[in-house]
Amino acid sequence: MANQDFPLIFELSQESRTGFSLPTFDVPETDVEDLIDDAYIRKAEPNLPEVSELQIMRHYTGLSKRNHGVDSGFYPLGSCTMKYNPKMNEDIARLTGFSHIHPYQPEETVQGALELMYDLQESLTEITGMDTVTLQPAAGAHGEWTGLMMIRAFHEANGDDHRTKVIVPDSAHGTNPASATVAGFEAVTVKSDDRGLVDLEDLKRVVDDQTAALMLTNPNTLGLFEEDIEEMAAIVHEAGGKLYYDGANLNAILGYARPGDMGFDVVHLNLHKTFTGPHGGGGPGSGPVGVTAELEPFLPKPILTKKEEGYVFDYDRPQSIGRVKPYYGNFGINVRAYTYIRTMGPEGLKKVSEYAVINANYMMRRLQEVYDLPFDRHCKHEFILSGKRQKKLGVRTLDIAKRLLDFGYHPPTIYFPINVEEALMIEPTETESKETLDDFIEAMIQISEEAENDPEKVQDAPHTTVVSRMDETLAARKPVLSYQKS
Amino acid sequence: MEFRYLPMTVQDKKEMLVRIGVHSSDELFSDIPETIRFKGDLNIKEPKNEFELTKELTQMAERNVNLKSHTSFLGAGVYDHYIPSIVDHVISRSEFYTAYTPYQPEISQGELQAIFEFQTMICELTSMDVANSSMYDGGTALAEAVNLSAGQTRKKKVLVSKAIHPESLAVIRSYAKGPGVEIVEIDHKDGLTDLDQLAKEIDEETAGVVVQYPNFFGQIEPLAKVREIVDTQKKAMLITSSNPLALGYLTPPGEFGADIVVGDAQVFGIPAQFGGPHCGYFATTKKLMRKVPGRLVGQTVDENGQRGFVLTLQAREQHIRRDKATSNICSNQALNALASSVAMSSLGKQGLKKMSWMNIQKAAYMKSRLEANGVDVTFDGPFFNELVVALPKPMEEVNRVLLNKGFIGGFDLGQIDERLENHMLIAVTEIRTKDEIDQFAKELGDLHG
Repeated sequence: MANQDFPLIFELSQESRTGFSLPTFDVPETDVEDLIDDAYIRKAEPNLPEVSELQIMRHYTGLSKRNHGVDSGFYPLGSCTMKYNPKMNEDIARLTGFSHIHPYQPEETVQGALELMYDLQESLTEITGMDTVTLQPAAGAHGEWTGLMMIRAFHEANGDDHRTKVIVPDSAHGTNPASATVAGFEAVTVKSDDRGLVDLEDLKRVVDDQTAALMLTNPNTLGLFEEDIEEMAAIVHEAGGKLYYDGANLNAILGYARPGDMGFDVVHLNLHKTFTGPHGGGGPGSGPVGVTAELEPFLPKPILTKKEEGYVFDYDRPQSIGRVKPYYGNFGINVRAYTYIRTMGPEGLKKVSEYAVINANYMMRRLQEVYDLPFDRHCKHEFILSGKRQKKLGVRTLDIAKRLLDFGYHPPTIYFPINVEEALMIEPTETESKETLDDFIEAMIQISEEAENDPEKVQDAPHTTVVSRMDETLAARKPVLSYQKS
Repeated sequence: MEFRYLPMTVQDKKEMLVRIGVHSSDELFSDIPETIRFKGDLNIKEPKNEFELTKELTQMAERNVNLKSHTSFLGAGVYDHYIPSIVDHVISRSEFYTAYTPYQPEISQGELQAIFEFQTMICELTSMDVANSSMYDGGTALAEAVNLSAGQTRKKKVLVSKAIHPESLAVIRSYAKGPGVEIVEIDHKDGLTDLDQLAKEIDEETAGVVVQYPNFFGQIEPLAKVREIVDTQKKAMLITSSNPLALGYLTPPGEFGADIVVGDAQVFGIPAQFGGPHCGYFATTKKLMRKVPGRLVGQTVDENGQRGFVLTLQAREQHIRRDKATSNICSNQALNALASSVAMSSLGKQGLKKMSWMNIQKAAYMKSRLEANGVDVTFDGPFFNELVVALPKPMEEVNRVLLNKGFIGGFDLGQIDERLENHMLIAVTEIRTKDEIDQFAKELGDLHG
């Protein structure tokens, strides 16, 4: 594909062209100047585009063609669980009775919606093995912060004001330490050992009476199950700390293990990952949080309860951390996740994890012949390769990622986790067929051969995309963040 | 049971397990200690096929009274507006909704450019220099703004008007706990922020002042006067939360020297959907560009000098800066930002102004009808598309009567302020007709009879 410029919608604009069809104006007109002081009436109009409906549709259709989604092709972006987004979910979320209801309608007029939320809460409680779940947080990072604020409130309620530290593994996602800071904690790092698991000795070293919590994903970001989890839980709990489960990787263990049974006190889930709420180009997501009974009083309010007369919100929660979001969470995403859970049931969800894990191990075993495998053990739903061998040939992991674009793939997550050199993090998910995995593997093998025989081909990639590699330094040095009419 | 999302055949599985070198898939889970392995089946509902589940969930949805089955005058932060058909057609293109954050710019130019256009539209509406790619919603965007002001000024006190959305105020309080920001509430008087109290409370420890424009009661806060008070302290910032539709007709906060402007773009192309997902926006002055939370898209060129777009200034963000990031936000509301962009493109320069104007006009007409029917309109000041009335009966009762007549009544202000017991916040948008307004005003008037 040749490089092509694509106009901004502002560049299509022609004065007086219209794309709208407003409702009838059928009330007597009042002189606005009689209503509003002249200083508060806008003089310079906002420069929005003036375009026809077809122009808008072609513009965005054109943009969509310059975008790769799961429906376009394989998207093995590690830690993001880019699985298929069922179309049925989209239809259900768009039903008028779900999409056009107002959060302040009387509760008795929205019992259908409340029942769905309640049943989703119950399902997530069972899946995670926790005692109760709130649907209020809007996304994973938001759930992390919510959970940490609850842990903070718990310690404070016990007079434990000195617990200021949150421990995160060196392999943790960046949101973990960021959430700890935003919640007012200091983030402390615990090292991984050469198995790729949390180093128990180092954990013992960093845990003390200032420990508020340990944040962990399990399986961890290397795709490995933290098999010492019970011992880790004991270390943290004995020191008076709490265990926080980052649900980013739940897709690996549905029906096989539950965070609650592992000893976790707080869990967040990413419904846009494991439970197929689409990723939307970056969001919206949904990040429910589950807790043990001990932490229940601190849940954000209101909480949804079931009474004889029906489902009601309970605001009388004196120990609650307060609201974390207006209204009741990203309901529209929760509807999609609920539809998915009801489609799969217990048997289907367990198969999801079984197949996700088989797919990942199959790819790992085939690719370890040509790429370095830093941790040689069964992985869970994702695995890490290192491009160290290729780097010696002058081909970096970034180059490999860019070359994959020429094959029509979204590359894996790269340079993460940060404790692995030239990391490639591959998560196939269960919704991909063996043929797709085989084709991708062949592409990866071909690229490794090119790295030896024709490194420039990889270094200069991509060759087929609508733009080539972007000058990111220029973007950061001279930021242009909005369109300026020339 | 067949699972249509799972393509693995018995033969596939066999071949793959052989290649992995295990006899069964259970071996792959052998690293989960026996003691914590989950045995048995999850106690959740059994799977349902597409047809039957659709039927069940459709019935569940139909049990909800909705904004299409009834005539709604409920707003209070979530509004029912005209949504052009084209919006859903664009956001249903799965290249957009099945993608994630555009980390690979070469195959994400569509999303990146769409966000760049969104950022531009928000800058245009607010008259600010910089806007990000979206936040969860208006409430959390405002809470992030409060914490940003404290971080930037290195001061710990923020004055927040009680005439902002009560749930935004609640979220601000939750967010402020982390960095230990002190929130001082400034009361409202006659439906507006009490400027005398504001002037009294502001001091050299003040990081920022938060007002909503138009405010929760629909009233248009005198931003010029608020700015004068903020200016008495050199460092303090003016933070406003604004319904972006109102800015189609009202002077934007940027022109009054606002430092941060946030709000929710739900009014543009996003259905109410029980309160979320909506679409927060976050706009600032150029000075604060490197402190903005969340993703920013910037224009640049590729190796051939061709224009293109990338995520930029990422040194602010959690995946680079980890515990030193300006915020922990990762996922945002990109698809809803796209929906809002399409709606704003449809409306365009003229449509936006006209729609904003229609809201002012129809709400003003409602006021005249209410007064004609003997209903007491509580506040005198200029307003956008919401107004407050005093009623002779408890709101719960009133809304029940209205519901029986096919109306979803307004917001019960007694829930948030005991001084406003039996007061209703009424929203009138461009989709309400003269007949509906006439009838609603009459129903409220009849309550007095």
